[in-house]
Amino acid sequence: MAPTLRSFLGTRAPAAEVTGGAAPGAPDAPHVAAADDRAADDRAAAEERAVAPAPALVVARGLVKRFGRFTAVDGVSFEIARGECFGFLGPNGAGKTSTMRMIACMSPVSGGTLRVLGMDPAIDGTKIRARLGLVPQEDSLDLELTVLDNLVVYARYFDVPRADARRRAADLLEFAQLSERAHDRVEPLSGGMKRRLTIARALMSQPDLMILDEPTTGLDPQARHLLWDRLYRLKQDGVTLVVTTHYMEEAEQLCDRLVIMDHGRIAAHGTPRELVERYVTREVVELRFATAHDQAAALPLGELARRVEVLPDRMLLYADDGEQILAEAERRGWSPVSGLVRRATLEDVFLRLTGRSLVD
Amino acid sequence: MTRAARDGARPLWLRSLGYWAFRYKRTWRSSMTETFVEPVLYLAAMGIGLGTLVDHHVHQVQGVSYLAFVGPGLLASAAMQVGVSESTYPVMGALKWLKTYEAMLATPLRVVDVLRGHLAWIVLRLATVSCAFLGTLAAFGLTRSWEAAVALPAGVLTGVAFAAPIAAFSATQEKDAAFSVIYRFGVVPLFLFSGVFFPITRLPGWLQPLAQVTPLYHGVALCRSLVLGDASLADSIGHAAYLVALAAAGYAAASATYRRRLVV
Repeated sequence: MAPTLRSFLGTRAPAAEVTGGAAPGAPDAPHVAAADDRAADDRAAAEERAVAPAPALVVARGLVKRFGRFTAVDGVSFEIARGECFGFLGPNGAGKTSTMRMIACMSPVSGGTLRVLGMDPAIDGTKIRARLGLVPQEDSLDLELTVLDNLVVYARYFDVPRADARRRAADLLEFAQLSERAHDRVEPLSGGMKRRLTIARALMSQPDLMILDEPTTGLDPQARHLLWDRLYRLKQDGVTLVVTTHYMEEAEQLCDRLVIMDHGRIAAHGTPRELVERYVTREVVELRFATAHDQAAALPLGELARRVEVLPDRMLLYADDGEQILAEAERRGWSPVSGLVRRATLEDVFLRLTGRSLVD
Repeated sequence: MTRAARDGARPLWLRSLGYWAFRYKRTWRSSMTETFVEPVLYLAAMGIGLGTLVDHHVHQVQGVSYLAFVGPGLLASAAMQVGVSESTYPVMGALKWLKTYEAMLATPLRVVDVLRGHLAWIVLRLATVSCAFLGTLAAFGLTRSWEAAVALPAGVLTGVAFAAPIAAFSATQEKDAAFSVIYRFGVVPLFLFSGVFFPITRLPGWLQPLAQVTPLYHGVALCRSLVLGDASLADSIGHAAYLVALAAAGYAAASATYRRRLVV
């Protein structure tokens, strides 16, 4: 399976170098011998270079999206580099999907500037989209067509020749672990299978940039882990990924860098590790008490911690040495129903930054 | 936006048309019955069954047998039916149920390509249906001159005059409830009172001007005169101009409603 994918992505590598490599490359990068249409691509790429030598695949400066009087995205700035997995972490309604749709050149920008693959979505939407792979939040598969036909029909929008499309579809179905279902209709597939098919579909055009909007929302844990494994493999193969999620676990496992969004703004950005180090302590003690009264009585414990969060059902104590606090609690005779020490996560970072939990 | 994408040179609207054609491979059998069997059934029932009765009493309608009279009218009304059915539920499905348009818009295609591709598909469907109907008319010996061939584009035009404005309307809808209203209060009355089964001069005087402004009336008049070979150039141009204007207005409206719906 792995060799299949590798060889599949191997065939896309030169294309990515010719056009995508153009972005940071010198104006007279060596000409890669290829078919006639490739030569035309080179010329187009050269023009792009001359106009906008972009160091990053996506550059946003003060990006705004308004719907009537409602501002969904309120001046966000970020850069996404080639080959990285970049995440947008935030609760529902934070403006993640609106941001994704603007990057995908499906939704016009209301303010600020956005450059995708060095081009302006308002001018070159078609050209940009030809090099993107989108996994939308809601599946847009054709339920009445077969699994294989969904892939082939989608590739035709990108003008991939029919024979190439069939070959690629076979490889990608293997990658998505759907080969046995190739000739089944899409409708009865499970949620996880549909998501994997949507990812395979987005890969049909051999995109330079994959945009995944909440790829695992609504999936059961097993299906989610299978999907993460596939995305991790894409990352290993050098595909640039942009992912939105409200699962901190997903962001931690997949993302090299991420921004935390809340109310249309970026609350923080960095690597998952940097964010944890910057905003919270290494460890967290979670204490649950039998009654609110017991919990209130235990509040003086907070003196021992660097910071305390009191949630309706539990108390979080942030400290570099959690065991020490737990031992102290027992020594003082406050007996929580349960007490555990864990590593701090992005969930804690989010709580610190916004005072709310990610998943309500 | 430029038309050429880096990945290929095939016009973008043609790629969207390709989807509809591809999808048709799954449903063509059932629609073949609709396309080829229905005309024969209608002609047999209306033309031969009812026609015998009519001819027996009034001998001729507008100088021809009832079968010859009703045949081209049925061609135009079949075009209307196809135009309406292809621009209601399929548009709603592509917008909401299957999100086909949404999927297309994540690719090099633009809103205008999505619309043009879908309308081009409807034109192709109308062409097959009109062709089948004309073939049936010819088989019944009801075509009289080479002019009958022009009834093919006339049928297509009749269908598009319905499909374009209705597609524009469908793109504004959240539910399919309005479609049954279109059928009940649009398609059915037009089918019955636009001159398909009897000349509109038989309608009460006050209803005649009303019948004359319906698109189906112009479609029927155009197709009938062409099939019967008694078309006058001025009348034909008048009918065609009306239908072209309606189709063009529908296309302009659809460009706007599709954009409003899909570009957010």
